[in-house]
Amino acid sequence: MGIKVDDISFLYERGTAMQVTALDHVSAEIPDNQFIGLIGHTGSGKSTFVQTLNGLLKPTTGHIYYNGEDIDGEKFDKKKLRSDVGLVFQYPEHQLFEVDVITDVMFGPRNLGLSEAEAKKRALEALESVHMPKDLYKSSPFDLSGGQKRRAAIAGVLAMRPKILILDEPTAGLDPKGRDEILGMIAGMKRDLNMTIILVSHSMDDVARYVDRIMVMGGGKLLYDDVPVKVFRHVKELEELGLAAPQITYIMKLLKERGLDVSTDALNVKEAAAEIMAHRRELHV
Amino acid sequence: MFDSITLGQYYQTDSVLHRLDPRVKLVGTFTYLISLFIVDSFVGYILAALFLAAMIMLSNVPFRYIIRGMKAIIFLLLITVVFNLFLTPGEVIWQLGFLKMTREGLTFAVKMAVRLSLLILGSSIMTLTTTPTQLTDALESLLRPLKKVHVPVHEIAMMMSIALRFIPILMEETDKIMKAQIARGADFESKNLIKKIKSMVPLLVPLFISAFRRANDLAMAMEARCYRGGEGRTKMKPLVYQNRDRIAYLILLAFFVVCILTRIYF
Repeated sequence: MGIKVDDISFLYERGTAMQVTALDHVSAEIPDNQFIGLIGHTGSGKSTFVQTLNGLLKPTTGHIYYNGEDIDGEKFDKKKLRSDVGLVFQYPEHQLFEVDVITDVMFGPRNLGLSEAEAKKRALEALESVHMPKDLYKSSPFDLSGGQKRRAAIAGVLAMRPKILILDEPTAGLDPKGRDEILGMIAGMKRDLNMTIILVSHSMDDVARYVDRIMVMGGGKLLYDDVPVKVFRHVKELEELGLAAPQITYIMKLLKERGLDVSTDALNVKEAAAEIMAHRRELHV
Repeated sequence: MFDSITLGQYYQTDSVLHRLDPRVKLVGTFTYLISLFIVDSFVGYILAALFLAAMIMLSNVPFRYIIRGMKAIIFLLLITVVFNLFLTPGEVIWQLGFLKMTREGLTFAVKMAVRLSLLILGSSIMTLTTTPTQLTDALESLLRPLKKVHVPVHEIAMMMSIALRFIPILMEETDKIMKAQIARGADFESKNLIKKIKSMVPLLVPLFISAFRRANDLAMAMEARCYRGGEGRTKMKPLVYQNRDRIAYLILLAFFVVCILTRIYF
């Protein structure tokens, strides 16, 4: 069923001189089992948007429905919502607090009221999904490296077995290798665990390779919501928002401008190479 | 989550009070607080309230915003009133079991409530119109004479401004960690005291770690900029008295004198 967002707006510091409109009449649907990229510049409202999805922030106007039920309704079980819609914040490693990694990951399942054995089982599964080396399960989370800490924190949310997992800038502050590892791991989770994943990012390159659908936010509005190929056709508009299309789109565009009649819809190097090879007869080398 | 804590948070707008030299505001607030304890009559309290009302009007801060900040201390106010009401010995005017309300208690409680509210509103007017940086600058400048007796004035002011600077940062951090833990199913709204204390652990441990990390980073950044204390340091915005500041001092002096006069004649 998924989430239905119906015309929500959100204002910070409402009624003061500092009032900011973070969300401006946003509507969207988030179905089951889809890989979504949510893109926007700093201050575009994307973090606010994802926080309304699991009820951490209540929209100033508008409604959000989870499986058809209004999440701000009186009878609605918010705790259940928060276990179903898992949210991994930016720099999630800052939330680690337990004596060892496995106990920290068990925090979520324990809060769901599960038995110790069940919580442990889920924690082990989650740690496996994030490729945490087994010998680190019993070490203090504060002794891990940056990338490992982040994976431990992601496991902490994953252990609650969410149906929809939202990751807010999961690659922020990581080196290229750490970034690729995290992104590869997330793509793997999507494949193995059959859930909806919303990947929040400001980097098109990060997102383009993996997702089925891209939502672009700017100034609190949802500007584009489509398959990646179609979104990247708006290169100029994206650049005005302070975003960029993936590198590969630029290369293909340049080739086209120089007279090679290729399609600019390639999303990765492989597709681009195939497209160029298909037109190699036109190359006058 | 911390929307309700507006007590003493700077409110950005433009007004005469905002533009006033922070030293005037600091001295003014202290003068006001002292005069609240000098006046002891109906006329005196009316005068103090009117003065405050004038300041609130001049500050351009919406009254609603100021009152919202008062919510946080209303409990404290209530306790004071109730204790004074029932625990002051004197002529009994109303009795409920062992609780005796006395005439003396009633007058004292009312006085106390008025005094406390004016006191809190008065000092929040200062912090609402003055940034923490300005405030510590003013403090440093006003305490400068103490340097002669080897009080580390600059260091104290620096510590104060760092502490003040970190309040909003740590508040935001608390909010973020709290949300992250709520997203992991943590329950911060439990009524059970033991559960409540226990639920603080996932909040406090990350908060302390982040406070230490920030302190460390800040110390490093200061060292990298060769910070070594107040000797020979200049300011980007030195404090200079303008005409409006002199007028403000005169008004303050007049208010103070009138307050003393009400004490003598009423």
